[in-house]
Order: sequence, then C-alpha cells, then structure tokens
Amino acid sequence: MRLVKAKIVSNKKVAAGRFKIRLAAPSISKAAEPGQFVMVKCSDGLDPLLRRPFSFHRIERGFFELLYQVIGRGTAALSERKKGERLDVIGPLGNGFDALSAKRYPLNAILVAGGIGVAPLLALAERLAHSVERIAFSIFIGARNKEHLLCEKDFKKLGARLYVAAEDGSKGYKGLVTDLLKKELYAKRSTLNAKVYACGPRDMLKAVADIARLKHFPCEVSLEEKMACGIGACLGCAVKTLIGHKMVCKDGPVFNAGDIIW
Amino acid sequence: MVRPKTKRRETDLSVKIGRIKMKNPVMVASGTFGYGKEYEGLMDISRLGAIVTKTITNDPRSGNPPPRVVETPFGMLNSIGLENDGVDAFIEEKLPYLRKLGIPVIVSIGGEEIRDFARLAKRLNRVSGVAGLEINISCPNIRDQRRKTRSRRLFSQDKNLTFKIVKSVRRATGLTIITKLTPNVTDVAEIARAAQDGGSDALSLVNTYMGMALDISTRKPLLGNVAGGLSGPAIKPLALKAVWDVYNHVSIPIIGMGGIVEINDVLEFLICGATAVALGTTNFVYPNKSIEIIDGLKYYIKSNKLKSLKPLIGSLKT
Ligand SMILES: Cc1cc2nc3c(=O)[nH]c(=O)nc-3n(C[C@H](O)[C@H](O)[C@H](O)COP(=O)(O)OP(=O)(O)OC[C@H]3O[C@@H](n4cnc5c(N)ncnc54)[C@H](O)[C@@H]3O)c2cc1C
Ligand SMILES: Cc1cc2nc3c(=O)[nH]c(=O)nc-3n(C[C@H](O)[C@H](O)[C@H](O)COP(=O)(O)O)c2cc1C
Ligand code: FES
Repeated sequence: MRLVKAKIVSNKKVAAGRFKIRLAAPSISKAAEPGQFVMVKCSDGLDPLLRRPFSFHRIERGFFELLYQVIGRGTAALSERKKGERLDVIGPLGNGFDALSAKRYPLNAILVAGGIGVAPLLALAERLAHSVERIAFSIFIGARNKEHLLCEKDFKKLGARLYVAAEDGSKGYKGLVTDLLKKELYAKRSTLNAKVYACGPRDMLKAVADIARLKHFPCEVSLEEKMACGIGACLGCAVKTLIGHKMVCKDGPVFNAGDIIW
Repeated sequence: MVRPKTKRRETDLSVKIGRIKMKNPVMVASGTFGYGKEYEGLMDISRLGAIVTKTITNDPRSGNPPPRVVETPFGMLNSIGLENDGVDAFIEEKLPYLRKLGIPVIVSIGGEEIRDFARLAKRLNRVSGVAGLEINISCPNIRDQRRKTRSRRLFSQDKNLTFKIVKSVRRATGLTIITKLTPNVTDVAEIARAAQDGGSDALSLVNTYMGMALDISTRKPLLGNVAGGLSGPAIKPLALKAVWDVYNHVSIPIIGMGGIVEINDVLEFLICGATAVALGTTNFVYPNKSIEIIDGLKYYIKSNKLKSLKPLIGSLKT
C-alpha cells in the first residue's frame, strides 16, 4: 500500500458518462491484483472531502487504468482532471479475486458484470487469460441499454465467449443479465470446474450468488459499501457476513458469495 | 528509524498532558486511526506526539448496521457504533504493535454502564505500553441503562454522571486520564468542570456533533442508524468555540480537535486554549497530514523566533 501522486497519462470519455483514466504509478501497479482497488482524491481541496474507491480496470507494468461512471461530485471532479496533472492515489488496497487458485485445474471461468461492474472483471480476465492454461471463459455483461454496455471488444480479444443483455432490448438478450446467465447455465448440462466471478449492483450480485449456489459453483463477488478511509481504520464499510461484520475495504472487496448475508 | 542528531537544540514542541510527555502536540483522534497499524507504510507513525486508539469496551461489540458513513458538505457523518473486539483482544492483538512505536499510546475506553469504565481502567492498569486512558463518555449510540431503552443520551450530557465515571476511573488507575466530551450540550464548561473535579488530568474536545442526512427520493436516512456524528472541516468553528468556552473555566489542559486540516487550524485551536490537538477525519483523506503539520509547526516557531508554542495557548485577544 502506497500513497502516490500518479501522473495522468490520459482521461477519456468512453461512453455517455463513462470515463477511463490511465495513470503512471509503477509502485502501485507492480503490487496490484485484480479485484483490488485504489482510493482517489478526486479534486485538490476539501470539496468533495473524502477519497473515492475505484477498482483496477487494467494492470500493466508501470501503469494502471480505472473505468468509472460519473454519478456525483467526486466522479464529476475526476472526469475533469487533465492529462499531465498529478492524481493523489492510495493503493493497492483490499483483497482481490482468488484468480490463481484456479491454476490447479482447467477452469471454466464465468464472469458476470452489471453496468460499471465490468471494471474489475477485465483486469481479472486479463490475468486469467495470461496465467491459466487451457482456460475457457465466458463473460456475461448487462446494462440498462446498449450505450452502457462496456468493454465487449476487450473481452473478445482475450478469447472470451461473450453474452450481453440490455434491459431495454437495444442489444443482445432483452432483460436482466442474471436471467440470461440462468438461461445459459441451465441449457448446458456440463459445466465442469466452473467458478463464477461477479461485480455489479447488490441485487444483481445476490441473484448471481443464488444461481451459483443452486449449480454448486464457487462464486466470488466484489462488493461496494460507502468508504471513508479504505484502509480498515474507520470501520465505516461494514458488511454483514456469516461470521459477523467484515470490512469491505480490508476483508474484501471480493468475498465468497456464500459468506455474505444478503 | 535512526534520525541524524541535530547540533543546535532543536525547536521545542514538547508538551505534557497529565504525566504523559509528548515530543509535539499533534495527536490522532480516537476512531480515525484504527490501532495504528492500518497506517503503516503511509506515514511515519513514530513521529506523532501521541496516538489515541479506537474506543474499546469490556466485551466485543459488533457496531451499527450499514451504511455507517456518508459525506456531507465539508464533512462526514458516521454511525460506527463502537465496533471493537473487546479489551482482551486489544491487549493481545493490538497492543504489541503499538508498544513498539515508541510514542505514548492513549487507549480510549467506552461503556454502556458506569461500572464498565473502572473495570476497563483496572484491566489496562496492569499491562505495559499504555500511557494513558481517554474516557469516551461522548459517543452516541449507547444504551441508557436506567431506562433500558436505546437512547440518544450520552454520559457526558450529564455533569453528575460525568463526575461519577471520571472519579471511578481515577480510583481505579494511576494512569493519566483524559476525558472526552460531547459538544452536544447547553453548557460544555459545566461538564468540563465536573470532569476536572472527578480527577481528570485533561480534556478532549470535541467529539462529533449529532446530525442526519437523507435521500429525498426514497425519504430514507443515508445512515443505517438514522443519525450519526458529524466531523471534518464543517465543525471547526463550533469546536473552536467549545474549546474557548471551556478554556476559561478549567485549569487542566485541553486537547483540541474538530475539523483540523492545516497548520493554521492547529494554531487557531492553540490560540483558543488547546495545549495539544488531534487530527481526525483528515487522517482518512491525507494520511500524512499530521506529520506535515509537525514539520510546519517547527518552521512556524523558528520563523516567529519563538522558543515554544506555549505563548500561543489561550492567547486569543478579546
Ligand atoms: C471497492 C469499490 C470499488 C469501486 N470501483 C468502481 C469502479 O471501478 N468504477 C466506478 O465507476 N465506480 C466504482 N465504485 C463506486 C464509486 O466509488 C462511487 O461511484 C463513487 O464513490 C461515487 O462518488 P461521487 O462523489 O461521484 O458520488 P457521491 O456524490 O458520493 O454519491 C452519488 C451517489 O452515489 C452513491 N455512492 C457513493 N459512493 C458509493 C459507493 N462507494 N458505492 C456505491 N454507491 C455509492 C451515493 O449513495 C449517491 O447516491 C467502487 C466502489 C467501491 C466500494
Ligand atoms: C469514523 C469515525 C469514528 C470515530 N470513532 C470514535 C471513537 O471510537 N471514539 C471517540 O472518542 N471518538 C471517535 N470519533 C470522533 C473523533 O475522534 C473526533 O473527536 C471527531 O471526529 C472530531 O474531529 P475531526 O473533525 O478532526 O474528525 C470518530 C470519528 C469518526 C469520523
Ligand atoms: S473504509 Fe474505513 S474501514 Fe473500510
């Protein structure tokens, strides 16, 4: 974990209200794992005051990228930051996906993303593609409409089987990504050694967790909670689990779905 | 860490709170710095004047339902609810690390009943590595034992209860006692005097101001516990007034806090009567700020040709 004033290499709009920022921060990217996150001071000064959490979207040697949605003051301020400026970030933080335990067997990875939840799943997909041999993976991406379906090309490039769902039917399956997931999983008889990784809104994650449980697939979910510190100091980001409160920032943000009390 | 020895006598920032000698007046506030280790790697913790740990209780507490924090204009609300693993786990798991830091460790203690405080004090009396106790009788979310109902009343909203608790802790320990007060009262000086009369060596001012935030579209509160405590720059003017009000009515030192972000904020608290200060919410935003402020204070003393910060304390010209 380090506090770094990272140079902004680029900060571009990728879709309506969606941005991708690329930062030069060798010390952070070297230690970063998919599913971990950074705490970003979006603006200099006291408004907004607190840092905002963002998951690693891409991890490269010397650099990392964040994919973010503008929803409030912090993310709006972040979207206005210019190339060449320095961004105050702390990271890497938390526990990421348990991607490498998959190394032991040919894995069938099922990634499920809701909206901006694709952000950490691309980092995971890249890691899986590069470190696990004979991997088969599918990615299910859901969004409200086709404008908000992100990263399709990136996943395709990695050789993933792609399933998309738009709630308004403007692309792919019409409806919720979890319904599409259910449909596909039940259509196939054998999905050996499958493992599900999901990130998105809480209701979606709960639905994914239910599906995975019924299919007896292990399932990891990346959770969100309001954060003040991001380092386990304030106890603000509590989530209920079977063994009591856990902190999303320190014990997560990735949890075994079966441990969460939804 | 080995630091180069300075030839000339360095600027003197040292202060004394009760029997605790601190090399500078900059502390970190309870609940905003965990148990120290959380900040390892982000700053040099050993340079702090002192560390105040997250409030602990006799038995483990699981705290309030989420969400527990929400940002508000120039501040934040929290309703953590004193989540902690209890005093035994603290001594076993947290204290060994804190002991090694080489700075005074002040342990914040809390409870739901009057007798909890003395029990904690006795337990902590016997272990090494504890320099003092901060009695947190000002945290919202404690149960009112007399009425056995959940109540927003705090011990430190009542001068008799304040006196009783401080006195019971005084009887139980020879450690330095700091009493942390709530500003959510009509007359904070009256409560401060009760703490002094009970035998407190110092006062911490202020804990958070109670507040709320909500979502108009759902008409739901943004905190799981409905209300919480406000902290950060938004409360600084209120906290300064609390310190000034108390300064004129007590003889024991005051640790000032509430919205400190920059060195000027620290100077303001000193001028209003604080002997030392603590950073709270700012630790979340700028983890290294306390250290920058310590360096800034050294520079301030030098450039103003002062020997120490003492002439500033309570020097408000009215
Ligand atoms: C571990 C983690 C990783 C994240 N990764 C990403 C990411 O890769 N890309 C991305 O776009 N977003 C991500 N988020 C969410 C992101 O942190 C919030 O969208 C951001 O903090 C909002 O800040 P704001 O100031 O723009 O909005 P605010 O003004 O703070 O809030 C606007 C609205 O957003 C809601 N909100 C605020 N903070 C959060 C939060 N932490 N979680 C859920 N809702 C929130 C508020 O309730 C409010 O309704 C992540 C969150 C966490 C906890
Ligand atoms: C998240 C959070 C948790 C806190 N927990 C405690 C606590 O356990 N005990 C306590 O005495 N004060 C607690 N406080 C209050 C702070 O110690 C401090 O008095 C208050 O935040 C005002 O200072 P600030 O504006 O610099 O944050 C907490 C504050 C915050 C923001
Ligand atoms: S955000 Fe502070 S403990 Fe998780």
